Amino acid sequence: MADNGDDQYRINEGDYVVLKRGDIFKAVQILPKKKVIFEKQWFFLDNAVGNLYSTTFEISSGGILQPQKQKETGNPSDLKEAGTDNRHIVDDGKSQKLTRDDIETLKEQGLKGQEIIQQLIENSSTFRDKTEYAQDKYIKKKKKKYENTVTILKPSCRILAMMYHGREPGKICHLRYDTLAQMLTLANIHAGSKVLVFETCAGLVLGSVMERMGGHGSVIQMYPGGGPVRAGVESFGFPAHFHDTLHEFPICHVNALLAGALDAAAKDPTADEKQFGLAAEEEQIPPEAEQQGSPEEQSMETNTEDDAGQDQEKIEKEKRREAKAQEKKVKLEEKQKKLAAAAALLEGRNADGLVIASRFHPCPVLMTLLRFLSPSRPFVVYSQYKEPLIECYTKLREVGGTVNLRLTDTWLRHYQVLPNRTHPVLLMSGGGGYLLSGTTIAADRSKPAAPQQSEEPAPKRQKLKDTEG
Amino acid sequence: MSFVEYSDCIQDGDVAIVYLNHNSVMPVKVQHGAQTQTRYGVIRHSSDLIGQRYGSKVTCSKGGWVYVLHPTPELWTVALPHRTQILYTTDIATITMMLELKPGSVVCESGTGSGSLSHAILRTIAPTGHLHTVEFHQQRAEKVQEEFTEHRVAHLVTVRNQDVCKDGFGVSGVADAVFLDIPSPWEAVGHARAAMKRQAGGRLCSFSPCIEQVQRTCQALVDQGFEEISTLEVLLRVHDVRTVSLPLPDFGPDSRTETSPNHAAISLKTTTAPREMPGHTGYLTFATKPRT
Repeated sequence: MADNGDDQYRINEGDYVVLKRGDIFKAVQILPKKKVIFEKQWFFLDNAVGNLYSTTFEISSGGILQPQKQKETGNPSDLKEAGTDNRHIVDDGKSQKLTRDDIETLKEQGLKGQEIIQQLIENSSTFRDKTEYAQDKYIKKKKKKYENTVTILKPSCRILAMMYHGREPGKICHLRYDTLAQMLTLANIHAGSKVLVFETCAGLVLGSVMERMGGHGSVIQMYPGGGPVRAGVESFGFPAHFHDTLHEFPICHVNALLAGALDAAAKDPTADEKQFGLAAEEEQIPPEAEQQGSPEEQSMETNTEDDAGQDQEKIEKEKRREAKAQEKKVKLEEKQKKLAAAAALLEGRNADGLVIASRFHPCPVLMTLLRFLSPSRPFVVYSQYKEPLIECYTKLREVGGTVNLRLTDTWLRHYQVLPNRTHPVLLMSGGGGYLLSGTTIAADRSKPAAPQQSEEPAPKRQKLKDTEG
Repeated sequence: MSFVEYSDCIQDGDVAIVYLNHNSVMPVKVQHGAQTQTRYGVIRHSSDLIGQRYGSKVTCSKGGWVYVLHPTPELWTVALPHRTQILYTTDIATITMMLELKPGSVVCESGTGSGSLSHAILRTIAPTGHLHTVEFHQQRAEKVQEEFTEHRVAHLVTVRNQDVCKDGFGVSGVADAVFLDIPSPWEAVGHARAAMKRQAGGRLCSFSPCIEQVQRTCQALVDQGFEEISTLEVLLRVHDVRTVSLPLPDFGPDSRTETSPNHAAISLKTTTAPREMPGHTGYLTFATKPRT
């Protein structure tokens, strides 16, 4: 019906995808003949191309992926025999008759995970005495160990947030996925708005904001240091037009912008190099240019055997230098154009939302960036620690300009739901970080209240007739 | 003004949110000549609201002042008239992320209730998505439809007055995500699956206050072939910022120090927990539809 064009649901070459096994995720790009290592196993993703997203693949020998047959029904053991309790189970380490070597041999013979588990069950002297529940648990545990499958998912904010939190929490300032969810909602991120983002979370927060805006409106990444960090944005695999809505502005020019002196600061190229670390980028260009140059040089040497060659070489060198300078100029101009575009977006000081999640002290960042928001717009600040947010709260109460201030965190618990065995999962996250959220208000124009009141009729009389005269 | 698009100034016909204080907000339908009574006195729409900037301070007749805010789904959630138990922002935020909602998503929801979640969904799926919401209570369905029109989001939503367990969502093969907040969600899981896109691994969420409901729902999800079934609970903890003063006890004269400490207390900025907090709202069960 609505699914006629099913291409968007299929895995294509070049797609950014997320690999999943159990609760483990890894973001990769589908590239031909590229070896991927995931959970101590290597394989190639070539065979995944053309399959539907969220297909589970079996990894066969040679790292070849094969789509798993739909729903392998039932558990490996169809034995209905089970014990009633564990009074006869003794942990003597002798219940499994297969040795490590035996299992390795089975693996070498090319037995599938399912078959190995069947072997393990048959060779366990205590399996039959275990309760039905314990048997389930045993099979689940062995499945995790011996089944070599991988599921390929389409990336999303949910999956990437869970992936980063599970694999590299340090890279995202320990921002838990439910906390990120709160941020996106509290900041009222939606299509068509203009949102400022200041983050040092590998681009996860920025990408999540972009996902929620769906390529409508504009996102301005306020970045510290030499250049914007947004590796995580790539993993979302956004269509190209999303990137047209993404702007960047160096935090080191914010004071100049607020003072209306950005032109002076940014249009001086030397100041640029010093101030926003263009110098660092430039350094990378010469070696590149040199490399490009060297094969030319070699070919030239072989071709020119006479004296004229030297002159020509000189000219070539001069040309290259010019080209390099030209390239540098073009790059700088481009950078300035982008800076000017971002500055133009900020200058109106009419942004619709502000999201901060960084390893920096949030207080100066918040106090400065709030100045770019329109009145009656939400903002949200994340910090791994509570104290800096207490400071932000105190400062905001002191200077005014905001209402609805709230310092919160969320408590998250997962459940195991099984017939007669429902309970909270034994381990839970101890904390997901803290949020300070609020709403901006218009600066007080301090108009005298008394005359305004006298201009208006008394409320009681007012109810009877229309106010509008 | 619209719940899916900001504007700068208050206009006749807008719905504005009056912020009275920290835990009190009220919605106001802005109308020429109308007035609204608050505990700080009267707000006259024509002179106090229309033409003013959202976020402005308004001085009421008794001299007290309030702020007039642009509506957002989050403000609406704390301001809306309750016709049923409603979902709050903490759960809504989690649901929005876990259902992978974004601009363009097609979502099915039941029941609509007071529309707290519906507004948040609409905000996220605009401008190209659509919400199909099913409410079995006729007056509630009519009332919420009215609100959607007033909030200028009616073009993004279809309200159906029917029983989702019997009649489903009224659409098939179109939804990216389904949300269930009904007494017996397990009876609607089949309808949910039918409403979802065939080849996409769409997401489902069921909200239930009781664990017995969760167990039956999870069983139904397994039976319907749903994958990645996961149940969780999320609670908001509010930290009230306070300056507290901690007195120091007097240990009597100390021979080692000449002067005895004369400051009898130390004050510091910290946070306190509220005496009571909502300790349970409901269990959220999420699942992914199998691709077919």
